[in-house]
Amino acid sequence: MEINNNQLLRFTTAGSVDDGKSTLIGRLLFDSKSIFEDQLESVSATSEKKGHDGVDLALFTDGLKDEREQGITIDVAYRYFTTPKRKFIIADTPGHIQYTRNMVTGASTANAAVILIDARHGVIEQTKRHSFIASLLNIPHLIVCVNKMDLVEYSEERFNEIIGQFEEFSSKLLVKDVRFIPISALLGDNVVNRSENTDWYQGGTLLNILETLHISSDINKIDARFPVQTVLRPQSDEHRDYRGYAGRVASGIYRVGDEVAVLPSGFTSRITSINSGEQQVEEAYAPMSIAITLEDDIDVSRGDMIVKKNNQPEGEQEFDVMLCWLHNEPARPRAKYTVMHTTNEQRAMIKEVVYKIDINSYMRNSEDKDLRMNDISRVKIRTTHRLMLDSYRDNRNTGSIILIDENTNETVAAGMIV
Amino acid sequence: MSKYYLNYLDELESEAIFILREVWAQFENPVILFSGGKDSIVVTHLAKKAFYPSKIPFALMHVDTGHNFPETIKFRDDLINNLGVKLIVGSVQESIDNGRVAEEKGKNATRNALQITTLLDAIEEHKVDCAIGGGRRDEEKARAKERFFSHRNDFGEWDPKNQRPELWNLLNGKHFEGEHFRAFPISNWTEMDVWNYIKQENINIPSLYFAHERQVVFRNHSWIPVSEYLKLEEGEKIEKKKIRFRTLGDITITGGIESDADTLEKIVDEVSMMRKTERGDRSDDKRSETAMEDRKRQGYF
Repeated sequence: MEINNNQLLRFTTAGSVDDGKSTLIGRLLFDSKSIFEDQLESVSATSEKKGHDGVDLALFTDGLKDEREQGITIDVAYRYFTTPKRKFIIADTPGHIQYTRNMVTGASTANAAVILIDARHGVIEQTKRHSFIASLLNIPHLIVCVNKMDLVEYSEERFNEIIGQFEEFSSKLLVKDVRFIPISALLGDNVVNRSENTDWYQGGTLLNILETLHISSDINKIDARFPVQTVLRPQSDEHRDYRGYAGRVASGIYRVGDEVAVLPSGFTSRITSINSGEQQVEEAYAPMSIAITLEDDIDVSRGDMIVKKNNQPEGEQEFDVMLCWLHNEPARPRAKYTVMHTTNEQRAMIKEVVYKIDINSYMRNSEDKDLRMNDISRVKIRTTHRLMLDSYRDNRNTGSIILIDENTNETVAAGMIV
Repeated sequence: MSKYYLNYLDELESEAIFILREVWAQFENPVILFSGGKDSIVVTHLAKKAFYPSKIPFALMHVDTGHNFPETIKFRDDLINNLGVKLIVGSVQESIDNGRVAEEKGKNATRNALQITTLLDAIEEHKVDCAIGGGRRDEEKARAKERFFSHRNDFGEWDPKNQRPELWNLLNGKHFEGEHFRAFPISNWTEMDVWNYIKQENINIPSLYFAHERQVVFRNHSWIPVSEYLKLEEGEKIEKKKIRFRTLGDITITGGIESDADTLEKIVDEVSMMRKTERGDRSDDKRSETAMEDRKRQGYF
């Protein structure tokens, strides 16, 4: 199978077992022929044991022992499938427990979010929650699947009504590209194969849309940002003077000869070579992993950022972020955390909680200052040294941070620079 | 004109290199867990690219069950010489001789689970704070839950219900003394991706992956190679078949498949037509529905 020029698309699925999320993923995998015989045998046997008619597609996404026993998903699981057009990574996030934490995690690298709505129930709180997080995490494409169309007699009217409900609240969100599809995950309508029951629907199937979404413009190509991961100094006879700065291009394009600045020091120099593995290349772009050499012998180390001389991020010590609290232990007032931003680490403290967002009503609450698991709040953070920041809207890679508790080493929060 | 986006295989490569460099930057004493199988060979190849023109800055650690394919050991030693890196061997036989573990009894006894103790002992002895593995999320349902940076407590245990969330490209490898991490740079690769990459990069792999004539016994739905460790059971007979292996592990439990695929092109074609998962031929995973999860919780690869 020649799929060499195909892109990778990462998407997240939000919803609970009740929405048919697991069934939908099972259907995608099954109808795209990504299920192997031994997996099918094992799932058929379990379906029979549980007394289901036929194969229960939801079982293909079964995970840990506890999840199988309780019939729930506890943690993000990743699934893979490939079609002749693309390779797909699904971040399958649970709908119930720790939903915000898990959805934020799954959404952080996604190109698209698939949101499920039960055609019988229409837009519910959970739909608003999921859409809000997709918007907050700046997922470029939103695909709303109105599921269980078979239970509303494939009614076009009902479908349009739900689109109406969705658009009513989604006008407050910042997602650029929203699609709606009437599906039945259980029966396979419009998932991989076109349905004969919805002749009024002119759009593509879910798979068709996933295969054709335009994603190459999802990465910022304007602002060149290169966070240095480590310095390569071979000290071998052949490469005695080599000093390469290794990292992954976060955004933008770099070319040999470009005038660059190293931040935070501000020293300027010129790119003399770019290596991708053993190969020398003339230009590099996100998300390539490369090594850069510079004309001048200046001090560059992990945590520094190499940018174009004429396009630099803001160096800030105090900034606002939308913070999602991820840990059971709430934030301690004025506690110190380690902030990780690209490859840079600093000590940080939460100076102020500006407001908390109710993600069901989208209302701001400036009274409640606690930061608890699943809370999303706007906060002011202060760090010991400057960070080279872009806003998250402009740049997901250089606009995101995590906070680590210095006492436990746990990742306790994720933040998006406002 | 350039397109300014990566194809999926280049993107996976770039992601893996990023993770390997993060390991190097965040840990004191990382090693690559090297089994001689294709996944750890690919990880080693990626490490070579990640640090070029420097040498790979990690030692390779092999947990040796003592039941090896001779081809694997030769391949390992040649590779070590070639790369100029250090090899650390953790020996299950030694763990047995020292009384750290006891050989399993019964009909389907293997040394598979015994590797956990040997691995954790070797990690402790060599003060390894990050062991890089070739595990992939598509292999098995417990592995689907793995992080790129996966925490192990001071008993070497994995707690899948209590993992650190991993967002964007921000990997948190912070740990206390005695704890360690496992890192999985090719988490997002599938078996097909691995083969396509081996073909694209023309990576040298052990001859066992290519179809060859071999003396085998049919057991547990696959062809188990004849070796000095194999005890024939009643009704089993030795046959000569043209086979190849989809995965390589302990010689006593790694089953081959009948195949004519004797080039990388043919293997890639064959794998794309496969209707069974690669671990379907591994009897270590057939013991129970949660065999892998149970072993992983205890500290398995």
